[in-house]
Amino acid sequence: MNGAHDLGGMHGFGPVGPEADEPVFHAQWERRAFALTLAMGFTGQWNLDKSRHARETMPPADYLATSYYEHWLFGLEALMAERGLLEGEPAKLRRLDAGNVEKALKTGGPTERETDAAPAFAPGDRVRALNLHPVGHTRLPRYCRGCIGTVDRRWGAHVYPDSHAAAGDQDPRHLYSVRFSARELWGPSASASDSVMIDLWEPYLEPA
Amino acid sequence: MTGPHDSKGRHDHEPDALEVRVQALESLLVERGYVDPAAMDRLIETYEHEVGPHNGAQVVARAWTDPDYRARLLADGSAAIAEFGFTGRQGEHMVVVENTAQVHNLVVCTLCSCYPWPVLGLPPVWYKAPPYRARAVIEPRAVLAEFGMEVAEDVEVRVWDSTAEIRYLVLPERPAGTDGWGADALAGLVTRDAMIGTARAAAP
Repeated sequence: MNGAHDLGGMHGFGPVGPEADEPVFHAQWERRAFALTLAMGFTGQWNLDKSRHARETMPPADYLATSYYEHWLFGLEALMAERGLLEGEPAKLRRLDAGNVEKALKTGGPTERETDAAPAFAPGDRVRALNLHPVGHTRLPRYCRGCIGTVDRRWGAHVYPDSHAAAGDQDPRHLYSVRFSARELWGPSASASDSVMIDLWEPYLEPA
Repeated sequence: MTGPHDSKGRHDHEPDALEVRVQALESLLVERGYVDPAAMDRLIETYEHEVGPHNGAQVVARAWTDPDYRARLLADGSAAIAEFGFTGRQGEHMVVVENTAQVHNLVVCTLCSCYPWPVLGLPPVWYKAPPYRARAVIEPRAVLAEFGMEVAEDVEVRVWDSTAEIRYLVLPERPAGTDGWGADALAGLVTRDAMIGTARAAAP
Protein backbone atom coordinates (compact mmCIF):
# COMPACT_ATOMS: atom_id res chain seq x y z
CA MET A 1 0.00 0.00 0.00
CA ASN A 2 1.12 3.55 -0.68
CA GLY A 3 1.31 4.45 3.00
CA ALA A 4 3.24 6.94 5.07
CA HIS A 5 5.73 4.18 5.94
CA ASP A 6 7.14 4.19 2.39
CA LEU A 7 9.45 7.11 3.10
CA GLY A 8 12.34 6.72 0.66
CA GLY A 9 13.04 9.99 -1.17
CA MET A 10 10.63 12.25 0.72
CA HIS A 11 11.69 15.82 1.50
CA GLY A 12 11.01 18.14 4.41
CA PHE A 13 11.77 16.04 7.51
CA GLY A 14 14.84 18.05 8.51
CA PRO A 15 18.15 16.77 9.86
CA VAL A 16 18.70 13.22 11.13
CA GLY A 17 19.44 14.18 14.73
CA PRO A 18 21.34 11.37 16.46
CA GLU A 19 21.20 11.40 20.28
CA ALA A 20 24.45 11.11 22.22
CA ASP A 21 24.66 8.07 24.53
CA GLU A 22 21.18 7.02 23.53
CA PRO A 23 19.52 4.48 25.83
CA VAL A 24 17.97 1.35 24.29
CA PHE A 25 14.53 2.40 25.56
CA HIS A 26 13.35 5.91 26.43
CA ALA A 27 10.45 5.02 28.72
CA GLN A 28 9.03 2.05 30.58
CA TRP A 29 6.06 1.81 28.20
CA GLU A 30 8.51 1.34 25.29
CA ARG A 31 10.09 -1.65 27.04
CA ARG A 32 6.71 -3.25 27.69
CA ALA A 33 5.28 -2.46 24.21
CA PHE A 34 8.39 -3.99 22.63
CA ALA A 35 8.18 -7.15 24.73
CA LEU A 36 4.40 -7.50 24.32
CA THR A 37 4.81 -7.33 20.55
CA LEU A 38 7.51 -10.02 20.51
CA ALA A 39 5.69 -12.24 22.98
CA MET A 40 2.39 -12.02 21.09
CA GLY A 41 4.22 -12.65 17.79
CA PHE A 42 5.37 -15.95 19.30
CA THR A 43 1.77 -17.13 19.68
CA GLY A 44 1.68 -17.62 15.90
CA GLN A 45 -1.62 -15.77 15.50
CA TRP A 46 -0.01 -13.67 12.75
CA ASN A 47 3.31 -13.51 10.91
CA LEU A 48 5.92 -10.76 10.60
CA ASP A 49 4.52 -9.49 7.29
CA LYS A 50 1.01 -9.20 8.72
CA SER A 51 2.47 -7.39 11.65
CA ARG A 52 4.31 -4.92 9.39
CA HIS A 53 1.15 -4.43 7.37
CA ALA A 54 -0.89 -3.71 10.51
CA ARG A 55 1.52 -0.86 11.38
CA GLU A 56 1.32 0.46 7.81
CA THR A 57 -2.45 0.79 8.02
CA MET A 58 -2.10 3.55 10.62
CA PRO A 59 -3.55 6.72 9.03
CA PRO A 60 -0.66 8.64 7.41
CA ALA A 61 -1.03 11.77 9.54
CA ASP A 62 -0.94 9.66 12.72
CA TYR A 63 1.98 7.56 11.48
CA LEU A 64 4.12 10.64 10.92
CA ALA A 65 3.13 12.26 14.22
CA THR A 66 3.92 9.29 16.46
CA SER A 67 7.02 7.46 17.61
CA TYR A 68 8.15 4.04 16.45
CA TYR A 69 6.87 2.04 19.40
CA GLU A 70 3.52 3.78 19.08
CA HIS A 71 3.36 2.24 15.57
CA TRP A 72 4.09 -1.14 17.14
CA LEU A 73 1.41 -0.63 19.75
CA PHE A 74 -1.12 0.40 17.11
CA GLY A 75 -0.27 -2.71 15.06
CA LEU A 76 -0.52 -5.03 18.04
CA GLU A 77 -3.87 -3.65 19.19
CA ALA A 78 -5.23 -3.83 15.63
CA LEU A 79 -4.16 -7.46 15.14
CA MET A 80 -5.59 -8.52 18.49
CA ALA A 81 -8.89 -6.76 17.89
CA GLU A 82 -9.15 -8.20 14.37
CA ARG A 83 -8.85 -11.71 15.79
CA GLY A 84 -11.24 -11.06 18.65
CA LEU A 85 -8.53 -11.92 21.17
CA LEU A 86 -9.44 -9.13 23.58
CA GLU A 87 -13.06 -10.12 24.21
CA GLY A 88 -15.12 -13.18 25.05
CA GLU A 89 -13.57 -16.45 26.19
CA PRO A 90 -9.75 -16.29 26.16
CA ALA A 91 -8.29 -18.30 23.28
CA LYS A 92 -5.82 -21.13 23.92
CA LEU A 93 -2.61 -19.76 22.47
CA ARG A 94 0.97 -21.01 22.35
CA ARG A 95 2.61 -18.92 25.08
CA LEU A 96 6.24 -17.84 25.22
CA ASP A 97 7.56 -18.75 28.67
CA ALA A 98 10.63 -17.16 30.23
CA GLY A 99 12.61 -20.38 29.87
CA ASN A 100 12.05 -20.44 26.10
CA VAL A 101 13.02 -16.87 25.32
CA GLU A 102 16.66 -17.49 24.55
CA LYS A 103 15.92 -20.43 22.27
CA ALA A 104 13.16 -18.54 20.45
CA LEU A 105 15.43 -15.56 19.81
CA LYS A 106 18.39 -17.69 18.74
CA THR A 107 16.19 -19.60 16.30
CA GLY A 108 14.50 -16.57 14.79
CA GLY A 109 12.43 -17.01 11.65
CA PRO A 110 14.48 -17.78 8.54
CA THR A 111 12.57 -16.96 5.34
CA GLU A 112 14.59 -18.84 2.72
CA ARG A 113 12.65 -21.77 1.21
CA GLU A 114 13.17 -24.53 -1.33
CA THR A 115 11.43 -24.05 -4.65
CA ASP A 116 11.18 -26.02 -7.87
CA ALA A 117 10.86 -22.86 -9.93
CA ALA A 118 14.00 -21.82 -11.81
CA PRO A 119 15.03 -18.19 -11.24
CA ALA A 120 14.02 -15.92 -14.11
CA PHE A 121 17.03 -13.63 -13.73
CA ALA A 122 20.78 -14.01 -13.33
CA PRO A 123 23.44 -11.60 -12.06
CA GLY A 124 24.16 -9.01 -14.75
CA ASP A 125 20.60 -9.02 -16.16
CA ARG A 126 18.92 -5.67 -16.67
CA VAL A 127 15.52 -5.54 -15.01
CA ARG A 128 12.77 -2.98 -14.54
CA ALA A 129 10.93 -2.64 -11.24
CA LEU A 130 7.27 -2.86 -12.21
CA ASN A 131 4.94 0.05 -11.73
CA LEU A 132 2.66 -1.69 -9.23
CA HIS A 133 0.46 -0.04 -6.60
CA PRO A 134 -1.11 -2.87 -4.61
CA VAL A 135 -3.51 -1.86 -1.85
CA GLY A 136 -2.13 -4.63 0.39
CA HIS A 137 1.33 -5.13 1.88
CA THR A 138 4.31 -4.97 -0.47
CA ARG A 139 8.06 -4.51 -0.10
CA LEU A 140 8.47 -2.79 -3.46
CA PRO A 141 9.33 0.80 -2.48
CA ARG A 142 7.60 3.53 -4.46
CA TYR A 143 10.84 5.30 -5.32
CA CYS A 144 12.14 2.48 -7.54
CA ARG A 145 8.91 1.65 -9.43
CA GLY A 146 9.42 1.96 -13.19
CA CYS A 147 13.22 2.25 -12.84
CA ILE A 148 15.81 0.03 -14.50
CA GLY A 149 18.54 -1.71 -12.54
CA THR A 150 20.95 -4.62 -12.80
CA VAL A 151 20.69 -7.88 -10.88
CA ASP A 152 23.73 -8.05 -8.61
CA ARG A 153 23.15 -11.26 -6.63
CA ARG A 154 20.53 -13.93 -6.10
CA TRP A 155 19.44 -14.68 -2.53
CA GLY A 156 17.45 -17.85 -3.26
CA ALA A 157 13.69 -18.15 -2.84
CA HIS A 158 12.19 -16.37 0.17
CA VAL A 159 8.73 -16.10 1.69
CA TYR A 160 6.87 -13.56 -0.48
CA PRO A 161 5.63 -10.74 1.78
CA ASP A 162 2.71 -9.72 -0.44
CA SER A 163 1.13 -13.20 -0.20
CA HIS A 164 2.27 -13.81 3.38
CA ALA A 165 0.61 -10.65 4.68
CA ALA A 166 -2.59 -11.18 2.69
CA ALA A 167 -3.52 -14.83 3.23
CA GLY A 168 -0.68 -16.20 5.34
CA ASP A 169 0.59 -18.14 2.31
CA GLN A 170 4.41 -18.35 2.26
CA ASP A 171 4.43 -18.54 -1.56
CA PRO A 172 8.27 -18.52 -1.85
CA ARG A 173 9.65 -16.51 -4.78
CA HIS A 174 13.17 -15.81 -5.96
CA LEU A 175 14.73 -12.77 -4.35
CA TYR A 176 17.44 -10.61 -5.93
CA SER A 177 19.74 -7.80 -4.92
CA VAL A 178 19.18 -5.21 -7.66
CA ARG A 179 21.52 -2.30 -8.19
CA PHE A 180 20.07 1.01 -9.35
CA SER A 181 22.26 3.98 -10.23
CA ALA A 182 21.42 7.03 -8.15
CA ARG A 183 20.77 8.96 -11.39
CA GLU A 184 18.27 6.37 -12.62
CA LEU A 185 16.32 6.77 -9.38
CA TRP A 186 16.70 10.49 -8.72
CA GLY A 187 17.71 12.17 -11.98
CA PRO A 188 20.63 14.36 -12.97
CA SER A 189 21.12 16.07 -9.61
CA ALA A 190 22.25 12.78 -8.01
CA SER A 191 25.93 11.83 -7.88
CA ALA A 192 27.13 9.91 -10.94
CA SER A 193 29.17 7.65 -8.64
CA ASP A 194 26.42 6.45 -6.32
CA SER A 195 23.97 3.56 -6.32
CA VAL A 196 21.16 2.03 -4.27
CA MET A 197 20.89 -1.73 -3.77
CA ILE A 198 17.32 -2.96 -3.22
CA ASP A 199 16.20 -6.52 -2.42
CA LEU A 200 13.34 -7.30 -4.79
CA TRP A 201 11.25 -10.43 -5.33
CA GLU A 202 10.77 -11.80 -8.83
CA PRO A 203 7.10 -10.73 -9.17
CA TYR A 204 8.28 -7.11 -8.75
CA LEU A 205 10.53 -7.34 -11.83
CA GLU A 206 10.46 -7.67 -15.59
CA PRO A 207 13.30 -7.97 -18.14
CA ALA A 208 14.51 -4.58 -19.42
CA MET B 1 16.70 9.79 29.48
CA THR B 2 12.98 9.97 29.92
CA GLY B 3 10.30 12.52 29.31
CA PRO B 4 9.31 14.29 26.10
CA HIS B 5 11.69 13.82 23.20
CA ASP B 6 12.83 16.43 20.78
CA SER B 7 13.98 14.69 17.66
CA LYS B 8 12.00 14.02 14.51
CA GLY B 9 9.48 11.24 14.43
CA ARG B 10 9.25 11.08 18.16
CA HIS B 11 6.64 13.59 19.10
CA ASP B 12 5.50 12.01 22.28
CA HIS B 13 1.89 12.35 23.10
CA GLU B 14 1.13 12.31 26.79
CA PRO B 15 3.82 9.92 28.05
CA ASP B 16 1.59 9.08 31.00
CA ALA B 17 -1.24 8.16 28.66
CA LEU B 18 1.05 5.75 26.86
CA GLU B 19 2.20 4.22 30.16
CA VAL B 20 -1.42 3.69 31.16
CA ARG B 21 -2.41 2.31 27.76
CA VAL B 22 0.45 -0.21 27.67
CA GLN B 23 -0.04 -1.25 31.31
CA ALA B 24 -3.73 -1.88 30.62
CA LEU B 25 -2.95 -3.97 27.56
CA GLU B 26 -0.30 -5.96 29.41
CA SER B 27 -2.64 -6.67 32.34
CA LEU B 28 -5.33 -7.88 29.97
CA LEU B 29 -2.99 -10.15 28.01
CA VAL B 30 -1.50 -11.60 31.19
CA GLU B 31 -4.97 -12.17 32.66
CA ARG B 32 -6.06 -13.95 29.48
CA GLY B 33 -2.98 -16.18 29.67
CA TYR B 34 -1.45 -14.99 26.40
CA VAL B 35 1.81 -13.60 27.76
CA ASP B 36 4.15 -14.44 30.60
CA PRO B 37 5.45 -11.26 32.30
CA ALA B 38 8.68 -13.08 33.18
CA ALA B 39 9.21 -13.81 29.47
CA MET B 40 8.69 -10.11 28.76
CA ASP B 41 11.32 -9.22 31.38
CA ARG B 42 13.72 -11.66 29.77
CA LEU B 43 13.12 -10.19 26.28
CA ILE B 44 13.79 -6.66 27.58
CA GLU B 45 16.88 -7.70 29.50
CA THR B 46 18.32 -9.42 26.42
CA TYR B 47 18.16 -6.33 24.24
CA GLU B 48 18.77 -3.74 26.94
CA HIS B 49 21.82 -5.38 28.50
CA GLU B 50 23.14 -8.33 26.51
CA VAL B 51 22.92 -7.96 22.74
CA GLY B 52 24.42 -4.82 21.22
CA PRO B 53 27.07 -3.32 18.94
CA HIS B 54 29.83 -4.91 21.05
CA ASN B 55 28.85 -8.15 19.28
CA GLY B 56 29.35 -6.70 15.81
CA ALA B 57 32.58 -5.04 16.92
CA GLN B 58 34.06 -8.46 17.74
CA VAL B 59 33.13 -9.72 14.28
CA VAL B 60 34.75 -6.72 12.58
CA ALA B 61 37.92 -6.87 14.69
CA ARG B 62 38.33 -10.56 13.90
CA ALA B 63 37.93 -9.83 10.17
CA TRP B 64 40.66 -7.17 10.46
CA THR B 65 43.09 -9.55 12.13
CA ASP B 66 42.29 -12.90 10.49
CA PRO B 67 42.29 -12.97 6.65
CA ASP B 68 40.68 -16.42 6.51
CA TYR B 69 37.85 -15.25 8.75
CA ARG B 70 37.40 -12.11 6.64
CA ALA B 71 37.07 -14.28 3.52
CA ARG B 72 34.49 -16.52 5.22
CA LEU B 73 32.60 -13.48 6.51
CA LEU B 74 32.30 -11.90 3.08
CA ALA B 75 31.40 -15.21 1.43
CA ASP B 76 28.74 -16.29 3.97
CA GLY B 77 27.95 -13.67 6.59
CA SER B 78 25.42 -15.76 8.52
CA ALA B 79 27.77 -18.74 8.96
CA ALA B 80 30.83 -16.67 9.87
CA ILE B 81 28.88 -14.56 12.39
CA ALA B 82 27.36 -17.74 13.86
CA GLU B 83 30.91 -18.79 14.81
CA PHE B 84 30.54 -16.23 17.61
CA GLY B 85 27.10 -17.57 18.52
CA PHE B 86 25.37 -14.45 17.17
CA THR B 87 22.32 -15.90 15.42
CA GLY B 88 18.58 -15.69 15.24
CA ARG B 89 15.89 -13.08 15.17
CA GLN B 90 16.49 -10.27 12.67
CA GLY B 91 19.85 -11.77 11.73
CA GLU B 92 18.73 -14.97 10.01
CA HIS B 93 20.23 -13.98 6.66
CA MET B 94 23.33 -11.86 7.25
CA VAL B 95 25.33 -10.23 4.48
CA VAL B 96 28.53 -8.30 5.21
CA VAL B 97 29.48 -5.46 2.86
CA GLU B 98 33.03 -4.18 2.90
CA ASN B 99 34.14 -0.57 2.71
CA THR B 100 37.16 0.00 0.47
CA ALA B 101 39.00 2.94 -1.08
CA GLN B 102 36.45 2.76 -3.92
CA VAL B 103 33.16 2.01 -2.14
CA HIS B 104 31.48 3.34 1.00
CA ASN B 105 28.45 1.30 2.13
CA LEU B 106 25.47 2.70 4.02
CA VAL B 107 22.52 0.68 5.36
CA VAL B 108 18.92 1.87 5.71
CA CYS B 109 15.40 0.47 5.82
CA THR B 110 13.12 2.95 4.06
CA LEU B 111 9.95 0.89 4.68
CA CYS B 112 10.28 0.16 8.41
CA SER B 113 13.36 -0.35 10.59
CA CYS B 114 15.05 -3.60 9.54
CA TYR B 115 18.36 -3.87 11.37
CA PRO B 116 20.72 -6.75 12.25
CA TRP B 117 19.73 -7.34 15.89
CA PRO B 118 22.15 -10.17 16.81
CA VAL B 119 25.19 -8.04 15.96
CA LEU B 120 23.97 -4.47 16.65
CA GLY B 121 21.06 -4.85 19.09
CA LEU B 122 17.97 -2.69 18.62
CA PRO B 123 18.24 0.31 16.29
CA PRO B 124 18.62 3.87 17.58
CA VAL B 125 15.66 6.24 17.22
CA TRP B 126 17.25 8.17 14.32
CA TYR B 127 17.54 4.98 12.26
CA LYS B 128 13.79 4.35 12.63
CA ALA B 129 12.62 7.96 12.19
CA PRO B 130 11.51 9.62 8.93
CA PRO B 131 14.52 11.91 8.25
CA TYR B 132 17.03 9.07 7.89
CA ARG B 133 14.64 6.66 6.16
CA ALA B 134 13.60 9.35 3.66
CA ARG B 135 17.00 10.86 2.97
CA ALA B 136 19.56 8.03 3.05
CA VAL B 137 18.52 6.86 -0.42
CA ILE B 138 18.07 10.23 -2.15
CA GLU B 139 20.86 12.29 -0.57
CA PRO B 140 23.24 9.91 1.20
CA ARG B 141 26.16 12.33 1.00
CA ALA B 142 24.19 15.06 2.76
CA VAL B 143 23.23 12.58 5.48
CA LEU B 144 26.84 11.45 5.85
CA ALA B 145 27.95 15.09 6.08
CA GLU B 146 25.59 15.56 9.04
CA PHE B 147 27.38 12.67 10.72
CA GLY B 148 30.67 14.45 9.98
CA MET B 149 31.71 12.23 7.10
CA GLU B 150 32.96 13.47 3.76
CA VAL B 151 33.20 10.90 0.99
CA ALA B 152 35.25 11.87 -2.11
CA GLU B 153 33.15 12.34 -5.24
CA ASP B 154 34.95 9.52 -7.08
CA VAL B 155 34.18 7.06 -4.28
CA GLU B 156 30.87 5.25 -4.76
CA VAL B 157 28.36 5.63 -1.96
CA ARG B 158 26.42 2.37 -2.09
CA VAL B 159 23.19 2.45 -0.11
CA TRP B 160 21.57 -0.85 0.93
CA ASP B 161 17.79 -0.58 1.40
CA SER B 162 16.81 -3.54 3.60
CA THR B 163 13.51 -4.34 1.89
CA ALA B 164 13.65 -8.13 2.48
CA GLU B 165 14.88 -10.33 5.37
CA ILE B 166 18.53 -9.95 4.33
CA ARG B 167 20.31 -7.98 7.06
CA TYR B 168 23.42 -5.97 6.27
CA LEU B 169 26.49 -5.28 8.38
CA VAL B 170 29.13 -2.85 7.11
CA LEU B 171 32.75 -3.97 7.49
CA PRO B 172 34.51 -0.63 7.95
CA GLU B 173 38.09 0.04 6.86
CA ARG B 174 40.68 -0.66 9.53
CA PRO B 175 42.01 2.64 10.85
CA ALA B 176 45.61 3.62 10.08
CA GLY B 177 48.06 3.46 12.95
CA THR B 178 46.76 0.19 14.38
CA ASP B 179 49.48 -2.16 13.11
CA GLY B 180 50.12 -4.92 15.56
CA TRP B 181 46.92 -4.29 17.54
CA GLY B 182 45.06 -7.35 18.75
CA ALA B 183 41.38 -8.04 18.07
CA ASP B 184 40.23 -6.95 21.55
CA ALA B 185 41.87 -3.53 21.28
CA LEU B 186 40.63 -3.07 17.71
CA ALA B 187 37.05 -3.91 18.72
CA GLY B 188 37.12 -0.78 20.89
CA LEU B 189 37.41 1.34 17.72
CA VAL B 190 34.38 -0.22 16.01
CA THR B 191 31.31 1.88 16.72
CA ARG B 192 27.68 1.11 15.97
CA ASP B 193 27.62 3.89 13.37
CA ALA B 194 30.71 2.48 11.62
CA MET B 195 28.79 -0.79 11.14
CA ILE B 196 25.71 1.06 9.75
CA GLY B 197 27.97 3.15 7.51
CA THR B 198 27.28 6.60 8.99
CA ALA B 199 30.82 6.80 10.40
CA ARG B 200 34.30 5.40 9.92
CA ALA B 201 35.89 3.29 12.62
CA ALA B 202 37.34 5.51 15.33
CA ALA B 203 40.95 6.70 15.06
CA PRO B 204 43.33 5.13 17.59
